[in-house]
Amino acid sequence: MTILAVLLLLPAVLGDSRYLFSVLMNCMGLSLIALGVWLTFTIGRTNICQAGFALIGGYATAIFLAHYHMNFWLALPLSALVAASAGAVIGSFILKLRGIYFSMLTISLTEAIRLAFLNGGDFTQGSRGITDLPQPFGDSVFGLYYLALALLGFGLLLTWRIHYSRVGRIFRAMRLNEDLAESFGTHVWRYRVIAFSVACGLGGLGGSYFAVFTQSIYPQSFSVEHSIYYMLFCFLGGLEFVSGGIVGAFVLTILFELLSQFQQYQTLIYGGLMIAVILLLPNGLMAMTLRRKEVRA
Amino acid sequence: MLQVLINGIVLGSVYALIALGLTMVFSIMRVVNFAHGQMYMLGAFVVYYLYGQFQLPFWLALPLAGLALAVVGVLFNRLFFQPVLASAKREENSMLMAVGTALLLENLALTLFGEKQRGVPPVVDGSFIFGDISEGGAILTYPNAMVAALSVTAIAALLLFVQYTRPGRALRAVAQDKEAARLQGVDVKSITTLGFAIGAALAGLAGGLLVTIYGVNSGIGSNISTKAFIMIMIGGAGVTSGAIVGGVLLGFAEAIGYDLLPGSLTYLLIFVAMIVFLVFKPNGLFGKPWG
Repeated sequence: MTILAVLLLLPAVLGDSRYLFSVLMNCMGLSLIALGVWLTFTIGRTNICQAGFALIGGYATAIFLAHYHMNFWLALPLSALVAASAGAVIGSFILKLRGIYFSMLTISLTEAIRLAFLNGGDFTQGSRGITDLPQPFGDSVFGLYYLALALLGFGLLLTWRIHYSRVGRIFRAMRLNEDLAESFGTHVWRYRVIAFSVACGLGGLGGSYFAVFTQSIYPQSFSVEHSIYYMLFCFLGGLEFVSGGIVGAFVLTILFELLSQFQQYQTLIYGGLMIAVILLLPNGLMAMTLRRKEVRA
Repeated sequence: MLQVLINGIVLGSVYALIALGLTMVFSIMRVVNFAHGQMYMLGAFVVYYLYGQFQLPFWLALPLAGLALAVVGVLFNRLFFQPVLASAKREENSMLMAVGTALLLENLALTLFGEKQRGVPPVVDGSFIFGDISEGGAILTYPNAMVAALSVTAIAALLLFVQYTRPGRALRAVAQDKEAARLQGVDVKSITTLGFAIGAALAGLAGGLLVTIYGVNSGIGSNISTKAFIMIMIGGAGVTSGAIVGGVLLGFAEAIGYDLLPGSLTYLLIFVAMIVFLVFKPNGLFGKPWG
């Protein structure tokens, strides 16, 4: 919450630095996508296909804008809807897999979706991608910045509402013991698909945002590597906290930018630090706040 | 048709070797080693440097690649995986560590070796020719034949080791039931380390073999990992026979697909087929229910 408030006021302080803006906008988009992954964690599934659904959302926006000249404000929610429905259809089949099988399958799914767009013929324009998408706000950075902030706020609110509602409790019950939850009369299959489809919708929304942010979409825009990073954001932020994915996305992305002064060692130091965090804080960055509370009490 | 068959056998035998390493680690530690593809890549680079650059004989460079990766495996297991497995609250944490090590290895390789695609001079020259090429005959080049033969040898050696030696029996016992194995006096910690080392060494061997045909670059790791995941999912994770069957099946699927379809369409179809297959048989061909 405080993060959002700070982000709301930041532009006034930052003034005119395009670089800082783009870093923050990147963080917000990634956070939005990571929220979806976080939501699938709450039903006990490790989702590594979020990049695939971000790709679906991005392509949906690109096709709506470029082929049908649709209004952006219509294309954005429609893209999320497309991704969510694709998620519901695919999810209703694959969600019966559990644990590591689900993770491995979703990795393959990311790759499959990428290949599908690569082979999409004239509709998706293959590896050339769809470029020169119109910007909804012209040249102003502020417009896109506040769009990202609004989307992130919406995503957080949605996830928050779900997590602390009756449905959220059912999700947690399913994570702890799916068979037990089912034997208590929970329609497990339906709730699984709901969770997955909302998650994919958030991914699609994020993908749609990135498509207009970068004004282009390629099959390479979201690949297996991105999926893995979204999952890492959630892990490193903390799986027990709604804001975990957001914190992870911000900390890791900003850290990566800060390390850019080490040039060719940037990625190496980044990887090393990541391992250190996993070893020292196996339950995520947000767990630090929890530990402090425990000590005080 | 004969050509497709030959390509399938060559690919399938190496893929089986890759899948065996991954399934070995999984059966013993219940960890899917995301860094398997990166270990393959490291093995390929070891052979590239020892054989390609420093002119060591291939017959020395290949075992050294396996050995180097075994050392990497021991270090990773002791320094990274065992602390996490001991302290983690959720089972996902070990997977996180696996992903972390994969990224670390890939970044390390990018820093050390750069992004360039590299190849090595052929180890053996020439080819077997079956029948008349223009009338449906086929070619099996010596490098391909060598790769297939060495893979099959390595697989056979591993199976004999696991089946008939004392540490091999201990490995199987730990895979079956950790507690029971400990009660029988098996040193679970060192056997787990051994299993991880063997898994890593197999990845290194496979990389060292295939570098002679396809070359290597720093980015191939996740590609190989994905293929390895497909193979062990088809066969059933943690089952030796499943890994071999999965590897051979994927090898043939790839050989047939590349013969009939344009490039990337093959893998799209493989993915779709696999997802449909897993919907009906979620534990693979030979897998036990798990998770």
